[in-house]
Amino acid sequence: MIYRQLLWTRITHWAWTLCLFFLLLSGLQIFMARPDLYIGQESGFAYDNTILSIGAFMDGAAMKGRTILFGQAFDTTGWLGAVWEGDRLQPKSFPYWLTIPGYRDLATGRVVHLFFAWGLAITLLVWLVASLINRHVKELLPTGADIRHLPREAANHARLRFSREARYNALQKLSYASVLFIALPLIIATGLTMSPGVNAVAPWMLDVFGGRQTARTIHFVLMLYLVLFFVVHMVMVVLAGPINELRSMITGWYRTDPESE
Amino acid sequence: MMTRSELTRRRFLTGATIASTAPLAGCFDFLGVRDNEIRDVLETANSLTYKVQRFLLGSDTLAREFSESEIRQPMRPNGSTNPRSPAYRALAEAEFSDYRLPVDGLVEKPLSLSLNELRNMPARTQITRHDCVEGWSCIAKWTGTPLAAVLDQAGVKPQARFVVFECFDSMGSGFLRPIEYYESIDLTDARHPQTILAYGMNDKTLPISNGAPLRVRIERQLGYKMAKYIRTIRVTDTLDGYGRGGGGYWEDNGYEWFAGI
Repeated sequence: MIYRQLLWTRITHWAWTLCLFFLLLSGLQIFMARPDLYIGQESGFAYDNTILSIGAFMDGAAMKGRTILFGQAFDTTGWLGAVWEGDRLQPKSFPYWLTIPGYRDLATGRVVHLFFAWGLAITLLVWLVASLINRHVKELLPTGADIRHLPREAANHARLRFSREARYNALQKLSYASVLFIALPLIIATGLTMSPGVNAVAPWMLDVFGGRQTARTIHFVLMLYLVLFFVVHMVMVVLAGPINELRSMITGWYRTDPESE
Repeated sequence: MMTRSELTRRRFLTGATIASTAPLAGCFDFLGVRDNEIRDVLETANSLTYKVQRFLLGSDTLAREFSESEIRQPMRPNGSTNPRSPAYRALAEAEFSDYRLPVDGLVEKPLSLSLNELRNMPARTQITRHDCVEGWSCIAKWTGTPLAAVLDQAGVKPQARFVVFECFDSMGSGFLRPIEYYESIDLTDARHPQTILAYGMNDKTLPISNGAPLRVRIERQLGYKMAKYIRTIRVTDTLDGYGRGGGGYWEDNGYEWFAGI
């Protein structure tokens, strides 16, 4: 057994688990108020700059859910656009279990989202400061050797062969670093770029992200990336030994393979 | 053709997705209840946002202004688009020639301004992006009288803190009478150079659907702050006594008073 996760790493890990859970479900609530994504400064009403649109329409007497992505329409009845509520289809972007609150309530979605947005930003800042001091940041940055070992790591992962070592492997480093150094800072920055107040303070952010509506679209895509990360993260924890992985993230202690000690 | 194993895998993933949040579905619906203690805690984030934005924004930092070529569509009307109150109908029929804007409350010299008097004051024209709380944006050109000039003419008393806009339009219907739209801002936003009482839009007289005869532009906040169909302007030191005391129609329905994000 080795002491692998420092206290600050563990605290911040669970803090943003909590924050991201509420941010996701309240964010989807907010998205329901305008379930369309655009590219540019504004939303095209007299012209088309929509890249994603989730809606409902009547097909004769039957309600259908329709998701249009890059002009391509998909029937998403029951999942997106028209969802089951009891035994009836309702025109609503997402099912009740995907939003906070479960029913339509933009005001509450915003209250929850903006509270946990502060939580996420503060947690990330605390994590960054602590990890710079305790050198956790260095553990996450891929080295030249990591890049060389990448094909072998990928092959091992594909065969579901994981070695339990004290150090992170190349794929772990790349996925954790992509979330901590890229996805989370960018999702905060694109969120701020949607604020008319922040736009006045830092108009350059509008130029960096290509306009408020593009920032909103990037914010949404980053959300999808974080959800993908979460799914893979859960699968890996289960495959690598959930007790050992969970213990290391709660107590810090991690059991490594005998040969690697 | 979908093979059996794909089908079960898909079913498993579907089931797992639902299972991951379904036990919690509805658990957070209580957050939608206005005035519960936990919601009050979450709402403290809004005061933090207000304080931080006021600190970072400075009093005169301007919202981005766009070029003529970026006006690509008519301004999207939102909220009320045609008030039905008899007083408003009578004014509209005379093309607002009888309209007078009272400016009263905590002022040295209460005013009652006609549209011509407002138009004869120095004007400001700005091409700005309107951001709806729902998530969409629309760029338009606004022309009007800076609110600061009107306030200076009336002479704001030192104890004043807010400017309240009472409107001709009503939302839904209350128990005894329709609930009139109103809004309020602090004196920092009221005196901001881009805060104008707009009577013109996209080089034409402001149309009824966009708030004729006057709508306020508050460019560093969201659309619901920018009251349309302004009936009176009141300078006050408290928001008590207006609507349900939240400082605006939407604020009384759970939206945050400071809508800078």
